[in-house]
Amino acid sequence: MTISREDIEKVAVLARIRLDEEQIPALEDDLGNILSLVDQLRAADTDNVEPLSHPLDAVQRLRADEVTETNQREAFQAIAPATEDGLYLVPRVIE
Amino acid sequence: MHNKSVAELSRELESGKISSVELTREFLDRIKAEDKQYNSFIAVTEDQAMADAKAADEQRAAGNASVWTGVPFAHKDIFCTKGVATTAGSKMLANFVPPYDSTVTANFRAAGAVCLGKTNMDEFAMGSSNESSFFGPVTNPWGLSAGEKRVPGGSSGGSAAAIAARLVPAATATDTGGSIRQPAALCGITGLKPTYGRVSRYGIIAFASSLDQGGTMARTAEDNALMLNVMAGFDPKDSTSVDRAVPDYTATLNEPLKGLRVGLPKEYFSDQLSPAMEQQIRNAVKEYEKLGATVKEVSLPHAKLAIAAYYVIAPAEASANLSRFDGVRYGYRCENPQDLNDLYTRTRAEGFGDEVKRRILVGTYALSAGYFDAYYLKAQKVRRLIQQDFINAFKEVDVLMSPVSPSPAFVQGANTNDPVTMYLEDIFTIAVNLAGVPAMSVPAGFVDGLPVGLQIIGNYFDEARLLNAAHQFQQVTDWHQKLPQ
Repeated sequence: MTISREDIEKVAVLARIRLDEEQIPALEDDLGNILSLVDQLRAADTDNVEPLSHPLDAVQRLRADEVTETNQREAFQAIAPATEDGLYLVPRVIE
Repeated sequence: MHNKSVAELSRELESGKISSVELTREFLDRIKAEDKQYNSFIAVTEDQAMADAKAADEQRAAGNASVWTGVPFAHKDIFCTKGVATTAGSKMLANFVPPYDSTVTANFRAAGAVCLGKTNMDEFAMGSSNESSFFGPVTNPWGLSAGEKRVPGGSSGGSAAAIAARLVPAATATDTGGSIRQPAALCGITGLKPTYGRVSRYGIIAFASSLDQGGTMARTAEDNALMLNVMAGFDPKDSTSVDRAVPDYTATLNEPLKGLRVGLPKEYFSDQLSPAMEQQIRNAVKEYEKLGATVKEVSLPHAKLAIAAYYVIAPAEASANLSRFDGVRYGYRCENPQDLNDLYTRTRAEGFGDEVKRRILVGTYALSAGYFDAYYLKAQKVRRLIQQDFINAFKEVDVLMSPVSPSPAFVQGANTNDPVTMYLEDIFTIAVNLAGVPAMSVPAGFVDGLPVGLQIIGNYFDEARLLNAAHQFQQVTDWHQKLPQ
């Protein structure tokens, strides 16, 4: 199994991770090796097998629609890289 | 005092032979003097520990003590601790001070235990050697006397090394694909990964949510039971926590093992296992026969597909979980972002290490349009087959026994060139996580002077039986008492 440079670049965009040009050859090898390992799955006969997403096949628990958490905005924003007037700051999006 | 177990230290405190302040001082001094050679701690919280010890002594004097009141221990740095940096071994979270406690840390606080600090780990728990930590690798106390720097295993390598070096008597850990059992085996201590859902995941920094499980590490099975008594239980804050009564795990430690049905999965005694390792495991199984167990061979026919299924499911879930690290709300942020996309992509490129990035990329690929069915859905179907293997095996036997790792602790740097070589380190541990069943690692001998771990796997919610089996083994063997030179 190989993975192309184009695939890696596309996936890096989806994952929002910037890659430098010199990182790509090693990633082609490493990700290709991992996908070769994963390709063993093809050999398994999984006809009529239900996918398992939770070991105990539990379903999402619901709780009563009540207020249980108090507002802790100041505590949460105290650890943010940049805030102003109770808002998180990011670079300008709309000129 | 530092060679005593949690149970013994608790009795010393109760009898008044020593105070928690004295005990905490002794362990803190040991960490200061010795941890430079191991790097097992990311942070030592000395002032908080001494204050907690003083409070514990007062509580004991007032007659309100639990078993844990005043006993020192440590948390893997993946459990959020209110007011104390929690890094998950990553640059991304190097400055992250959680505004809340995980349920596990809150439980230990309520029990009066004294946390000495946060232990080192592979970045975001992704690794089997503790070499991917942003805070540097951890060195295994075993092998150092021969001048060799060996890995402690991972990802809970800091917790395991600290216990083996007698810097703490116990430490919390987590296990997504073997991250409790493999380091416990490589460091010669005892560790337990509980059933998925038994211990709350609330406040444990997430790696792969359908596999992650918090658990215990200490020298003895009895101490693991004491830890699980504090950790296990239903938690409404964790959507996959199981609402089921928690037994006193120490109550059944002394049950006789006569009639215990042991299964040996033939797939786990394969070519990957060195003959010297296999001999140690077979010797351990013989001890169980002497204790009255019956032994038979069983089969887990899909176990060979576990690593392949895991390296789709775990990276896929990781890629989703780790998308929250965006440089906006907490954690690392790159300098001078040019625009929002630059902020995201550079923060993540600079904040994550190589192994974490590889797994995010693999997971993103497996979940992307056109590949979802072939990878993720297929892996989930194989996961069902692997689970069914365990269900079938437990119709015939009470526990399964196998090696934990194919070889003992390897030298640092030996497996870092090819990620797949490192992944194969978990060949005997990963199926357990996919099935969600509990399993332990118990010291069971030595190969070339390095510890070997026996894996004992149980049926769902059978932690008490595992601890019983491990405790009885430790009454007739002394592998868990051996000290690195």
